Amino acid sequence: MELDPLILSRIQFAFTISFHILFPSFTVGLACWIALLEAMWVGTGKGIYRSLSEFWTRIFAMSFGLGVVSGIVMSYQFGTNWSRWSDTVGNVLGPLIQYEVVTAFFLEAAFLGIMLFGRDRVPPAIHLMAACLVALGTLLSTFWILSANSWMNTPAGFEIRDGRYFVTDWWQVVFNPSFPYRLAHMVTAMFLTTSFVVAGISAFYLLKRRHYDHAKLGLSMSLALITVLAPLQIFLGDEHGLNTLEYQPAKIAAMEGSWEGGPRAPLILFAIPDVEAETNHYEIAIPDLSSLILTHDINGSVPGLKQFPPEDRPDPSIVFWTFRVMVAIGFLMLGVAVTHLVLRFRGRLYSSERFLRFLVACMPIGFIAILAGWYTTEIGRQPWVVQGYMRTADAVTPSLTTNAALVSLLAFVVAYTIIYGAGTYYLIRLLRIGPAHVHDMPQPREGHRPKRPMSGTDQSIEPAE
Amino acid sequence: MQEISEGSLLTLTWVAIVGFAVFMYVLMDGFDLGIGILYPFAPTEEDRDTMMNTVAPVWDFNETWLVLGGAGLFAAFPIAYAVVLPAMYIPLMVMLIALIFRGVAFEFRFKAQAGRHWWNRSFFLGSLLATFAQGVVLGSFIQGIPVENRQFVGGMLHWFSPFALFCGAMLVVGYALLGATWLIWRTIGPLQDWCYRMARGLMLVVLAGVAAVSLWTPFLLPEIAARWFSMPNMILLSPVPIVTAILAFALWRAIDNGREVAPFVLSMALFGLSYLGLAISLWPHLIPPDVTVWEAASPPETQVFLLVGMTFLIPSILGYTIYSYWVFRGKVTGSFGYH
Ligand code: HDD
Ligand code: HEM
Ligand code: HEM
Repeated sequence: MELDPLILSRIQFAFTISFHILFPSFTVGLACWIALLEAMWVGTGKGIYRSLSEFWTRIFAMSFGLGVVSGIVMSYQFGTNWSRWSDTVGNVLGPLIQYEVVTAFFLEAAFLGIMLFGRDRVPPAIHLMAACLVALGTLLSTFWILSANSWMNTPAGFEIRDGRYFVTDWWQVVFNPSFPYRLAHMVTAMFLTTSFVVAGISAFYLLKRRHYDHAKLGLSMSLALITVLAPLQIFLGDEHGLNTLEYQPAKIAAMEGSWEGGPRAPLILFAIPDVEAETNHYEIAIPDLSSLILTHDINGSVPGLKQFPPEDRPDPSIVFWTFRVMVAIGFLMLGVAVTHLVLRFRGRLYSSERFLRFLVACMPIGFIAILAGWYTTEIGRQPWVVQGYMRTADAVTPSLTTNAALVSLLAFVVAYTIIYGAGTYYLIRLLRIGPAHVHDMPQPREGHRPKRPMSGTDQSIEPAE
Repeated sequence: MQEISEGSLLTLTWVAIVGFAVFMYVLMDGFDLGIGILYPFAPTEEDRDTMMNTVAPVWDFNETWLVLGGAGLFAAFPIAYAVVLPAMYIPLMVMLIALIFRGVAFEFRFKAQAGRHWWNRSFFLGSLLATFAQGVVLGSFIQGIPVENRQFVGGMLHWFSPFALFCGAMLVVGYALLGATWLIWRTIGPLQDWCYRMARGLMLVVLAGVAAVSLWTPFLLPEIAARWFSMPNMILLSPVPIVTAILAFALWRAIDNGREVAPFVLSMALFGLSYLGLAISLWPHLIPPDVTVWEAASPPETQVFLLVGMTFLIPSILGYTIYSYWVFRGKVTGSFGYH
């Protein structure tokens, strides 16, 4: 692979957005979880809800801050590295991205302040409202950015004049064909990711025999949610795939690793796709299953990569595998849900050490599935940046040089390694410290309130030298 | 005089919104970046705690304006976004990475024990580099950006010029002045005395710098000379330098007389006038020397779609900003909290 500004910009974009997405993936679900705990605290007045909510709010504040700094980088990269894309689609996507930015910042940054410092300054109902608005803000910004991204996959509601895109119908732009599926699938993914983190942390406390009540509550609530969402996610993923089959058949062919396509196509379980030879090596396949899954008919015809001219084909080598990773995790999640039901039914949910240890190990699977899903979506869209209209190669900044792109990419790698290394370290420390005991809830002292959105705690959490 | 049609009224509204967002950013993030610049020179470590605490609750709202300005530009004037950002690739990357290090320093510094001095350093260097990069962007923007076929056609080092570097250095001093006068307002005792001394020195450098930039720009660009030094304009525009001089004098007196709030307000006013002067020099160009705001505007359907949201959001941002400054008003002493 030759290093040119195009490939370097693609790597830089993929790298920075992969880091960015890890934080929203976690905070969107967490914001809703906190709002739920707050509602239960206002409703029941039980201290445990409040102390659990305060604990997770601290974690939330820190992840949110890391999401902010990495997000600012994203909005500038559209201009610095993809200037032709910016000029061409700016009329269409500019407002959607602006709305994402503004809703994320305003509802969240604004009400996060009240959520963190306002506990003793505003009535409980207002505090609850702030928590709900923060959750709403994260969901709204997800809404807008996914609409923008979906439009690039399934563009609609525009016309081209002098090589630039003009909107003819905003409704069609925002609610473009793949958007409802992508939104539902992504939001469910975010909730699942958060649930697995909450479940894992709770299981960790149970294993360590600490914070027993908090851990039981957290484990029970998160597993209940997983039990509902895991099967739902598989259903939504299937629907999403059918939508992709309709609008981006080449992407489906790449995901399936299918070169020939046609009726009664097999489901390929394992293969090493070979782009040069236009075939797969070491293929293990189940006959007819692909047709059955994709068309819900054993004789249905599915697309194959050879049906598309070579210059319009996505490369299957990566998406074939990222897609399988995602689907495998989807079924793993279902397995957790079922096991949980069995254990709960037998009354061993909090005592089965093996299951608890397994849950601790499962903490990162949501994040992995989300990245795998996005790689499938984005790499499967290649060579287009706007499917069917604009090629990625035509999107990159013409004046960008290889050296500048290389140096900036390396600088981001170094900076993110340091920052996220430190951030993860502090987050893990916060998690280890755990929630406050209900009977000795911190009484806010005058002059010792947290002073920043991100800092639920101000005391240092690192052992002294 | 050009007939103001509905379309151009919309465009003017967007010029106002983006211009306002950028100006708010300069003022608001200006003083907290300035504090980062002054940071290592403060007399004691406790003073550094205090300095950081004066801005800790508000800095991230301040940075909001940067995103609002950038994304507003993308939506309302896509070509400006597509030309200016590539032209400034290197300084912008420096700025983004510097802002990351500085932003997380706020949060990690208080959580760290052993690593605290690293986050101190990252706060200072991040603030310094981000400011310098912004000044360089400003300077090379004034000098003009070559455009062909709606794309930037210069080299990666197009921004590199003595004038741009000078603007970078001046912005560092300017933000430091904002930071010092903000601290005069918000602190007491020896730290405040130190800030008075700093502010006095910084002010002299800033005034010299503003004068130098004002004289240098017309030499660089004949159009700007023509705008300021041709006949009716010279009289019509004379209030700008005259008011600047009056403000500078007032600032000098305010610092000498130990006033607490006035120095900050007057420093902001000085920034306001410089910004106004710049706008007069460049109008109606959005990308000097060739692209005007009219040519850069996105079509009305795009501008209207976004305006609907902004009419609701901008007042709430302003309201929330005022509210949070109100909540955290008053003097900050010691390393703990607000009194
Ligand atoms: C324009 C560049 C850009 C891109 C491509 C993305 N983001 Fe983003 N995101 C930002 C630019 C941004 C930002 C504007 O810079 C934010 C706003 C404030 C902040 O926290 O960073 C942000 C924050 C932010 C937040 C709130 C912050 C948090 O809770 O941590 C959410 C929920 C999302 N993003 C969601 C997404 C999703 C679902 C994306 C992809 C599918 C995504 N963003 C890509
Ligand atoms: C947050 C989840 C996302 C992830 C993990 C992600 C991942 C990626 C990856 C891996 C690439 C590189 C593909 C390649 O070059 O082979 C890419 C490219 C790109 N993505 Fe995304 N993406 C995400 C969301 C978005 C969103 C929301 C947008 C815009 C609204 C977007 C716009 C782009 C653009 C403009 C490119 C560059 C052109 C290209 O290479 O296709 N992405 N993304
Ligand atoms: C068996 C289960 C699953 C199936 C069949 C499935 C199906 C799909 C398909 C077909 C796509 C690509 C859509 C496209 O771009 O055209 C996709 C994307 C994605 N998937 Fe899944 N998925 C499953 C499980 C999961 C799980 C468990 C997660 C995360 C917890 C997840 C997260 C994502 C994400 C983040 C994307 C990218 C965004 C999007 O296009 O929606 N998926 N999925």
